[in-house]
Amino acid sequence: MSASFPQAAAVELRNAQQRRNLRTATTTIRAKRARVVAEVDDWEALREAGARIKDEALARLDVHLERLEASVTAAGGTVHWARDAAEANAIVARLVREAGSDEVIKVKSMATDEIGLNAALAAEGITAHETDLAELIVQLAGDRPSHILVPAIHRNRVEIRDLFRDRFGEPRLTSDPAELTAAARRHLRERFLRVGVGVSGANFACADTGAVCVVESEGNGRMCTTLPHTLITVMGIEKVLPRFDDLGVMLRLLPRSSTGERMNPYTSLWTGVTPGDGPQAFHLVLLDNGRTATLADPVGRQALRCIRCSACLNVCPVYERAGGHAYGSTYPGPIGAILAPQLAGLRDHASLPWASSLCGACYEVCPVRIDIPSVLVHLRGRIVREQGAPASERLAMQALARVFASRRRYEAAQRGRRLTRLAAHLPGPLRAWSEVREPPRAPAETFRDWWRSRT
Amino acid sequence: MNHGIAIMNDRLGLWFNPAMRVALFVTCVNDTFAPQAARATVELLERLGHEVVFPPQQTCCGQMHANTGYQLEAVPLARRFVRVFGDPSFEAIVSPSASCVGMVHDQYPRLAELAGDRDLAERVRELAPRVHDLTTFLVDVLGVEDVGAVFPHRVTYHPTCHGLRGLRLADRPLRLLRAVRDIDLVELPEAETCCGFGGTFAVKNADTSAAMLADKVRCVLDTGADVCAAADSSCLLHIGGGLERQRAGVRAMHLAEILASTR
Repeated sequence: MSASFPQAAAVELRNAQQRRNLRTATTTIRAKRARVVAEVDDWEALREAGARIKDEALARLDVHLERLEASVTAAGGTVHWARDAAEANAIVARLVREAGSDEVIKVKSMATDEIGLNAALAAEGITAHETDLAELIVQLAGDRPSHILVPAIHRNRVEIRDLFRDRFGEPRLTSDPAELTAAARRHLRERFLRVGVGVSGANFACADTGAVCVVESEGNGRMCTTLPHTLITVMGIEKVLPRFDDLGVMLRLLPRSSTGERMNPYTSLWTGVTPGDGPQAFHLVLLDNGRTATLADPVGRQALRCIRCSACLNVCPVYERAGGHAYGSTYPGPIGAILAPQLAGLRDHASLPWASSLCGACYEVCPVRIDIPSVLVHLRGRIVREQGAPASERLAMQALARVFASRRRYEAAQRGRRLTRLAAHLPGPLRAWSEVREPPRAPAETFRDWWRSRT
Repeated sequence: MNHGIAIMNDRLGLWFNPAMRVALFVTCVNDTFAPQAARATVELLERLGHEVVFPPQQTCCGQMHANTGYQLEAVPLARRFVRVFGDPSFEAIVSPSASCVGMVHDQYPRLAELAGDRDLAERVRELAPRVHDLTTFLVDVLGVEDVGAVFPHRVTYHPTCHGLRGLRLADRPLRLLRAVRDIDLVELPEAETCCGFGGTFAVKNADTSAAMLADKVRCVLDTGADVCAAADSSCLLHIGGGLERQRAGVRAMHLAEILASTR
């Protein structure tokens, strides 16, 4: 079990470099997103459409998934079903061995991060090479991603230069971005051409045609999905779309919300296997790993609409300051705060739903209209009721509820300032407040005293 | 706009809006910690010619409980609210807190559903359209933007999250402030970013909250304003607490206090 968010955030907040990077990066991308979203006259209608498509897929997920399986199979691919991370990892490891390889090249993928695929493959003697630039940086540094879209957002280019100098054996490298990219390209090209198995996630998969879609910016994904003889795609079951035509809505929503671009540079689509062109074996691993359980919660299930754009991270004042690592989960930020605990059955990541001031900025930008603040409040309630809360907090809350339930007790508390004293016993003592703020002082005369005195 | 026209506007406003019987939903925070904001609300509404009543049985709307995960403890407080404010003689229920008004509009229906209380759900449906935050009541219901206030100070305005994104107050508070005579209204940088209060967030995630407050205080100080105004006292206690701890010499004031000021 990871450290709670408040503990982890207290450490991360002291990382001045990360604070600066996050501030610059999120400010820039917020402005870019706002600009390209403002260009679209029917953005709100588009968000509605996106939410409707995902809800339609989720409402009859079983039907759409079986249809996807039939379509992929008919097109020459093979579909595998994985209940959890262990099953998915075992399937991928077996497929890599059967393909006669002990290496894979990877497209950036949240699903394979979620199941810890790289570590699981390493335990089987299989090396996974990340090929997305930021994922490569994170992997070479033995670090963890801290953003859904920009996994190395917490690093600066001097740190990256030092890392590349050391790992690539190129001691004369400077921190010039073009030079750093060229070094990464030299490193990756050799692997693209040599390794025979590609592993990807999926942004979307269309049930009617069996087409699988990956959206990216660097072209490394295109390399991984076209050059190897075998391609293995690990996809969360909520990624299925009912129809190929639904991509029309999704591909307008995703890049604008994600990188603040009208369209991303590379959109790869493939349907099963095409003889003589691209991978000659295609495996689609459908991953549950807590998604079916999440679907059972009528309020919480909207988290499964998420298309991993990370717009909510970029506008979140909590994320911007605490950074992605504080969340201790594959999915950071506001979406992580509602997704990670649900996927873990509320047993792990239980502090995350409180890692928000409920300011609502995330809901405003979500391209599929996930009402994140409402789900946060809903999950807080479920965790308090199902998992329990610290006794001191529960007792203080119950005592306050009793005070507020009666005018007599409420006015007595006002007079005796018991309200203030009770507040002092709230989660984390009042000390936490008064470290940086003057504590609120109750004036001698309450409003109702004044009201009584004038009538 | 000169003062004479403003007075004429007020009279026209009164002409079109005959005196209303307004119940004050004061909120526990204003009642206990910011009575000056509540008094200003009363004085302002009375100056505009309306009758203000204060139902003394009111306590707390239950927002802190609901938002911290204690929805079941908040349900009796929601029932209490609809009982206390259900008097049909109240033509409007007005509060100087956008956040607590949002609680009634957005969360009460969910609390009723959680508790399986259909009577509560029905009474919320009936009552909620009459529950307004002060700025919506002034601008939309009364149709007044110039309330005849005079406030000769440099002021910056922080739009609180539940007002901005919850109730969608948009520029209503700013329209009210712009009509104040002698005010020097300056724009707050990064105004729409949360101050870091978030109810129990400020104690449960005190470090992150403090980091957010530090940035908000810096933005307020950058404006050179004497007064940081907002339409929610809980956020003001937070921002004001930060300003005071730094001995910054900037006052946190509720919008109602500015609107109630006269020459």
